[in-house]
Amino acid sequence: MSKTETKKPQGLTKQDFVSDQMVKWCPGCGAHAILSSILKVFPETGIKKENYCFVSGIGCSSRFPYYVNTYGFHGIHGRAAAIASGVKIANPELSLWVATGDGDSMAIGGNHFIHAIRRNVNMNILLFNNQVYGLTKGQFSPTTPRGGVTKTSPQGTIEHPFVTAGLVMGAQGTFFARCLDNNIKMMTDVISQAAKHNGTSVVEILQSCVIYSDGAFDNVSAKEIRDEVQLRLVHGEPMIFGRNRDKGIILKDNKLTVATIGKDGITKDDILVHDQYRKDPGIHRMLGRMEPPKRPLALGVIRSADFSTYDELMEKQIEAEKKSSPIKNVDDLLNSGDTWEI
Amino acid sequence: MGKKANIINLDDLVVKFAGDSGDGMQLTGTLFSELAALNGNDLATFPDFPAEIRAPHNTVAGVSGFQVHVGKRKIYTPGDLCDILVAMNPASLRANLKWTKKGATIIIDESTFEEKAILKAGYQESPLTDGSLKDYNIIKAPISELAVKSLEGLDINKKVAMRTKNMFALGIVAYLFNVKVEKAVSIIEKKFGNKEMIFRANEAAIRSGYEFSESHDSIKNIYNVGPASLEKGRYRNITGNVATAWGLLAGAEKSGRPFFLGSYPITPATEILMELSIHKSLGAKVYQAEDEIAGICSAIGASFAGSFATTTTSGPGLSLKSEAIGLAVITELPLVIVNVQRAGPSTGMPTKSEQSDLLQALYGRNGECPLIVISASSPANCFYYAYIASKLSMEHMTPVILLTEGYLGLGSELLKIPKMSELEDINPPLAKPNDPDFKPYKRDAEKLIRKWAVPGTEGLRHRIGGLEKTNVDGNVSTDPLNHELMVKLREEKVKKVENYIPDQEVVGEESGDLLVVGWGGTEGALISTVKKMQEENYKISLAHFNYIKPLPKNTKSILSKFKKIIVCELNMGQFVDYLKINFPEFEYHKYNKVQGQPFHVNELTEVFKNLLEEK
Repeated sequence: MSKTETKKPQGLTKQDFVSDQMVKWCPGCGAHAILSSILKVFPETGIKKENYCFVSGIGCSSRFPYYVNTYGFHGIHGRAAAIASGVKIANPELSLWVATGDGDSMAIGGNHFIHAIRRNVNMNILLFNNQVYGLTKGQFSPTTPRGGVTKTSPQGTIEHPFVTAGLVMGAQGTFFARCLDNNIKMMTDVISQAAKHNGTSVVEILQSCVIYSDGAFDNVSAKEIRDEVQLRLVHGEPMIFGRNRDKGIILKDNKLTVATIGKDGITKDDILVHDQYRKDPGIHRMLGRMEPPKRPLALGVIRSADFSTYDELMEKQIEAEKKSSPIKNVDDLLNSGDTWEI
Repeated sequence: MGKKANIINLDDLVVKFAGDSGDGMQLTGTLFSELAALNGNDLATFPDFPAEIRAPHNTVAGVSGFQVHVGKRKIYTPGDLCDILVAMNPASLRANLKWTKKGATIIIDESTFEEKAILKAGYQESPLTDGSLKDYNIIKAPISELAVKSLEGLDINKKVAMRTKNMFALGIVAYLFNVKVEKAVSIIEKKFGNKEMIFRANEAAIRSGYEFSESHDSIKNIYNVGPASLEKGRYRNITGNVATAWGLLAGAEKSGRPFFLGSYPITPATEILMELSIHKSLGAKVYQAEDEIAGICSAIGASFAGSFATTTTSGPGLSLKSEAIGLAVITELPLVIVNVQRAGPSTGMPTKSEQSDLLQALYGRNGECPLIVISASSPANCFYYAYIASKLSMEHMTPVILLTEGYLGLGSELLKIPKMSELEDINPPLAKPNDPDFKPYKRDAEKLIRKWAVPGTEGLRHRIGGLEKTNVDGNVSTDPLNHELMVKLREEKVKKVENYIPDQEVVGEESGDLLVVGWGGTEGALISTVKKMQEENYKISLAHFNYIKPLPKNTKSILSKFKKIIVCELNMGQFVDYLKINFPEFEYHKYNKVQGQPFHVNELTEVFKNLLEEK
C-alpha cells in the first residue's frame, strides 16, 4: 500500500509529471499554483509514477488531469468522487487524486462528495473553492457568500452558503485542510500531508477566479492584514496569530474565542495547542467554522484522524471470505445448494 | 377412508398458492417447486406479490401469490391459468379466481372465511354459499384450525402453530399431486433439518394436511404428472436475477478480470445486488452506492482501473444513469448495465413486468451514443446472456445493456448446470506494459477497438474522459472532422459486433404464412403458442430475438420469407418500430399489451389465427 511505498524514493523529478498538453487556465488563475504544488509533491512521496491516478468532474478545476502526466480520468459534472471511489476500490494500490471545485463537489456532486467522505475511501480530494462557476461564466455557487452579485444573482444571492469544513466534518471527514492559492509553501505542505493520510483527505484551496471572483479572499489574504486574520495551524503548536504573535485561541464557554496574551491574565499556557490527530472532531469543527472579522480563518491541516478506510475493510472481508467459504470458483457456485442429477 | 378419487394423467399442471402477505405463500410455492423437481418434472415459477411489505390484512391489495407450472414436457412459462388454487383467505380467492381454469380444484381455508374478512375482500356475501364457485371443485378445510390441532403434543405456542397452516395446505397439494407424503417431508427436512422444533412442527402440519385429504370426500381428482424427459445432466432451480448475478461472475472469472458491481437497490433488480454481495469469496467487489448515478460512475471508475465492472438497475435507475452511460461510450470502456425492466413510466408499477425500456436502452442518451443491447428470454438463460454481455463488453470495449424483465428476474426455472470449461473464452484486449506503440485511441483494424490500459501498468500513462478526443492520440479536440470520424467509428465498432454473434434462429419452417417476432421475456408464451399451432398444421414460425443491437446478420433474410409478420411485445410497439427503421421494406403487424401481465397462450393463439384468416 502507498503508506509503505512512501519510504522508498523512486528517483523522480518534476519533469516526470509534466504533461505535454497546453495548460489552458487563465493567466493569474490560482489553479496554476495548485499544479505547481502537485508537481513538487509527487516526486517526493516515493510512489511510483504509474501508481498515481487523477480523477476529476467538470469545471475549470477538472481540466487538471490533462495537465499532469499520470493516469487520468476526466469525468462528468459532479461525479468525480463516485468515479474515484470505484477506481480506488478496484485498485487499492493506486495513489488516487481528485480535482474538483465548489460547484462540482458541493452542488451537483454533493451527494457523492459527502458519501465518499463518510466511507473514508482512501483518496485525496483537492477542492478548488473560488465561490463561483467559472467555466460556465460567472454564476453563483454553493459557497458564494450571501448577497454575492453574480450573473444569476444580479440582486445578490439569497442563499446561505456552505462552509466546506463544516460539510466535510459533518460528513464524518477524517482529514480536512484549508489553504490559500497565494501561499504555495503551505499548500505544498498540506497536500503532502494529505498524500500521507490514510482515508479521504479534503484539501480546500481558497482560490480567487481572476475573471469572475477576483479578490474573493482579499479579506483573508491581503498582505497588509493577513497576519491578523489567518491562524496557521501546526500540530503540537499553540494556536497563536497576529502581527505581534500576541493573539491566541482559547476555549471559553464552550466556544473558541480570541484572547490577547498578557491581557486579562492570559498567558501563553492558556492558548489551545493544536492536535490535528484527535479522533474527537469537536475542536476541529469549531476551528473549521471560524471566520473573520470576529475570529481568524484557520489554515493548514485542521483534522487528520486515523480511522480504517473503506477500501482496506473491503479487502479484509474478501480475504476472510476466501478463507472460510467452500465456494472457491464459479463451478463451485453453480453446484452449490440444491442440485440433482437427471 | 373416503371414496377413491380419479387419477388424471396430465402433461402439465399449474398450481397457485395465494394468501395474505405474511402467510408464507412464497415459501410454500418454493417448496412445492422443489417437490416437483424431486418428482423429475420440468418447471417454472413466478411470484406475484404486492409492493408493500405487509399490506393491510385480508385485503385484495395484500394478497401474495406464487405460481408453479410443472410438467412432463418442456415447460416454457409459469403458466396462464391454474389447475389448483390454494386460497388462504377470502381476498386471495377474490384476487385469483379470474386466473383459475373452469373446473379447477380450489383449496380453501374455511377458518378464515368469517364475515369481516369476506366483506373486507369486497364480497357482499360469502362466495362459499352464493353459488359463484359452482364451476370449480372446492375443497373446504378449516386449515388454520386443523394445523394448530396437528401440533398438539408439541411444545409450541398457538401463534407459532398458526404459521404452519401453509404446510398443512402443502400437504393437501402434495396429495393432489399424487406424490407420497414422505417425499414432501424430505423437502422440508432439507429446508429445516437443522432446526429440530421448526422441522417437527412443519412435518406434523404437512402430514395432517395429507391425511386430511386421504379421508376427504370432496376430493374428486388427483393429478399425476410424470417425470419430464430432460437432457441428461445436473440441474438446479434458479431465478433470473440469481442467474444474472452468476453469469456476470462467470464472465469475470473467465476473463481473468476482477469483478466489480456498483449498484443501488431498486425493485425488481435488487436480488442481483444482494446475490453478488454474498460472493466475496470469489473476489467480487460489491459497492452499494449512494444513488444510481454513483452506482454506474463507480463502475466506470472500476472499469478504467481494470475490473470487469457492472451496474444493475430497473427503468427509473436506467434514466438516472443515462449521462454516465454516455461517458462509458465515449471513453470506450467495458461495462455491463443490467436493466430488469418494470412497468413505467416513472415509478409505475414496480413489481410488475413490462418491455417498455427498449428504446431507452437503444437511444436514451445525449449525442450519437451507440452501444450493444441484448436481452435474456428466460430465467435460466439470464445466466447465459449475462455471460455473453460480459464477453461482448470486454472483447469489444463498449458498454452493453442487458435487458431482462421483472417477470424473468423474479421467476424461476430449471437450469442445466453448465461447466465453466464449456463456456467460450473471454479475451479482454489488455495493453502490455511499456508497449511503445500504445496510444489511447489507437484501434484494432478488425473490431475497431482500442486497448484497455490499466492504471498501475508501467509505461502506459494516459488520460481519457468525457471530452471528445482525437482518434489514435486521444488528446482533447473540437476539430469538426475528427468529431465526425469518432462518431462514425463508435457506431461502426458496435455494428461490427454482428460478426461475432450467432445467426438468428427460427422455430419452425424457414418460410410460411406467419412469422411471429418477439424479444425478451415473452419467449415462453410465444414458443408455446407457435408450437401448439404448428401441431395444428399452421404455417407459423417464431423468430425470438436476444441480440437487438446489432441485429443478427440474417435478420432481413428471415423477415423476407413469410407472407405476414407480427411483432408481439409487452409495450406499445418499440421493437417493431426499431425493425421498421432497419428494414422499412416489410409490412409489420403488431400485438401489444401493457398491463404489467405476461402474454397468455390463449390470447396469442386467437390473435394469430385471426391474422391468418384476414385476407
